[in-house]
Amino acid sequence: MSETFDAKVVDGFIDRYGRDASSLIQVLQDIQSEYRYLPEDAIGYVADQLAVPLSRAYNVATFYNAFSLKPVGKRHICVCMGTACHVRGGQKILDNISSRVGVEPGETTEDGEYTLSTVNCVGACALAPVVMVNDDVHGGMNGSGLNKMFKKFSKNGDGEK
Amino acid sequence: MAEKLTSRQMLLDLAEELAGKRKQVKQTITLCAGTGCRASSCMDVHQALVEGVKKRSWGDKVEIRTSGCHGLCELGPLMVVQPGNVFYKGVKPEDADAVLDETVGKEEKVEKLLYEDSVSGDKIVHWHDIPFYKKQKRLVFGANGEINPNIIEDYLAVGGYQALAKALGDMQPDEIVEQVKISGLRGRGGGGFSTGIKWESCKKAKGDVKYILCNADEGDPGAFMDRSILEGNPHVVIEGMIIAALAIGGTDGYVYVRNEYPLAVKNLAIALDQARDYGLLGENILGSGFNFEIKINRGGGAFVCGESTALMASIEGRPGEPRAKFVHTVEKGLWDKPTNLNNVETYANVPWIVTNGGDEYAKIGTEGSKGTKIFSLVGKVHNSGLIEVPMGITLREIVYDIGGGIPGGKKFKAVQTGGPAGGCLPEDKLDLPVDFDNLWEAGTIMGSGGLIVMDEDNCMVDVAKYFTKFLMDESCGKCTPCREGLRQLYNILVDISEGRGKEGDIEVLEGLSEAIETGSICGLGQAAPIPLKSTIRYFRDEYEAHIKDKKCPAKVCKELITYKITDNCNGCGLCPRVCPADAITGAKKELHVIDQSKCIKCGACYEACKFDAISKG
Repeated sequence: MSETFDAKVVDGFIDRYGRDASSLIQVLQDIQSEYRYLPEDAIGYVADQLAVPLSRAYNVATFYNAFSLKPVGKRHICVCMGTACHVRGGQKILDNISSRVGVEPGETTEDGEYTLSTVNCVGACALAPVVMVNDDVHGGMNGSGLNKMFKKFSKNGDGEK
Repeated sequence: MAEKLTSRQMLLDLAEELAGKRKQVKQTITLCAGTGCRASSCMDVHQALVEGVKKRSWGDKVEIRTSGCHGLCELGPLMVVQPGNVFYKGVKPEDADAVLDETVGKEEKVEKLLYEDSVSGDKIVHWHDIPFYKKQKRLVFGANGEINPNIIEDYLAVGGYQALAKALGDMQPDEIVEQVKISGLRGRGGGGFSTGIKWESCKKAKGDVKYILCNADEGDPGAFMDRSILEGNPHVVIEGMIIAALAIGGTDGYVYVRNEYPLAVKNLAIALDQARDYGLLGENILGSGFNFEIKINRGGGAFVCGESTALMASIEGRPGEPRAKFVHTVEKGLWDKPTNLNNVETYANVPWIVTNGGDEYAKIGTEGSKGTKIFSLVGKVHNSGLIEVPMGITLREIVYDIGGGIPGGKKFKAVQTGGPAGGCLPEDKLDLPVDFDNLWEAGTIMGSGGLIVMDEDNCMVDVAKYFTKFLMDESCGKCTPCREGLRQLYNILVDISEGRGKEGDIEVLEGLSEAIETGSICGLGQAAPIPLKSTIRYFRDEYEAHIKDKKCPAKVCKELITYKITDNCNGCGLCPRVCPADAITGAKKELHVIDQSKCIKCGACYEACKFDAISKG
């Protein structure tokens, strides 16, 4: 019995796509959305079930940007680094948030509150610069917008500037 | 559950009945529910409207509809009220009562929600009179604003799947291929290869199983047209794929779609189910005996998977590494079977071509590039969003007539086309008619259709550095020139942008670029130096200013600028509040100071200051 994932849930994903090597990416994606990361032993379990070498499962899990091998924080702040966002100051927004939460892109705060990451493009280019927090898109971001956003976070019960 | 359609006549009868029903509804409010408008909280507006209708007991009087993307995303949420074709922008939930009472109730306009022309200041009522839409030709995109993507009956009512019925009933597979060839349609994903010739090659390839793939892994940052089509009108893509299968002899289809586009995945899945229920997909399509199935495959977020062989590797469940194409994928593609791969927008053009004929399609566009192209017009432009224009329109018309020019009285600097492997064109190329060949000659590419406008505040060295970093990160690492070469390009660009550039750097960049182009096996590496080369070609003086004078003329490169507070400061206290690094101090109503050791140069203070009291330079 594993503590990081539920084998029954993962079996359900495998049944959805078929117990076949070609289902690997689709199954890992469902695990990623269920747990918001890929627990190490879940990768092993899937490799076993689909009869692919563990090395290949890791190859896939580390090749694609969609997968994370580390748990993400309660609030996943994803700054869009697409071209439209870049020319409207996306990098400045990233620097600003990074300074506020005190971690670099790809890292999670010690209290597990925030994970900061970047994405190549969320396809909401007309609203640039764009920041995604979990599944919500925040468009037209600037310094004051970030102030408001973080104020809202702290109102909801966590202390951050 | 819908009754299965087993003949063309059944489809036509149903379409007539549905179109009739649509006409019976006198008043409608169609609210855009594309991703852009959703991010502007359009679903709250929808709820307010639904409640407002309920409160007034107007259920029989007016119908609230949602549709796919209208294109003018920046001004969302958008809505169109019928009759009268009244276009409202920036609608908030609290405006719902006014829209219902004034426009639906009394057929009067709500002034503050009307579009205001950025040049003349005039209010414009009808959407087709707005300059943004006026110069467009919405062949593929037109239905997006009319139909609800989750209701197949909407698509059927506007003539959906009738091209498929025509292809099944009246045309031989060879004729379909011929019509696509005559149309002159070229791949909309970036390559620009003739769609008809590709289909013909795949048709000729031997095999019992043939795959029809749709590339919806829209990886180009700054482009979102495929997303909008899939979200707003998934059936047009499905119909295009089935027609392709019929022409080529395809047996199974896959749509490889970005996992970052959850709404597209959802709407596509719903559309596939509905098409199956009606007998338009699956076994014995429209009673013809033709079978074809489509599955969805979600991408893993790797840019290189837009490349055909990498995409196929990914569908097979492997890392997306391209292979050399000694044998074309039309002969040996997915699982070594003949495979036809086209982009979302390419398939979306097919039903129109089949319905109206290749000749009719070929009347639109230029000598070598036919039809329309959807561009995502974004960056430093007034009206940003999605536009569909005939090939051959000039960049000036796109940027100034449709886009409304550059905001804030700033000066135009460049327009970047073609995604990360595309180039930047300067002002003297604005009168260039846009098509595949003209763009190539000017040193850039059509790509999938990103058009990013840049103004005087954008630094071209920074832009080149941005794209080079993007491609360096996305290189799969298989070919050394791409993997190592891009890293070296990037390192040199970092040095230049941080004031460590030296005489001769530009020549090294050019030499390395050539090595990367010739030594990489896939399109990613071969095209990777284009953004760099085009910026050197057209904006060499900016490189030289960084290298010789250690200055960034556009004041973007962080290491070459400082922010300072000037005597204009009245101590209003706003800047310390927006500063994320606590770098600004000062007593109330007294001159503030920036601590340079803490400043991260994010510019938040500069943007927030209302008294022009912060200098950058």
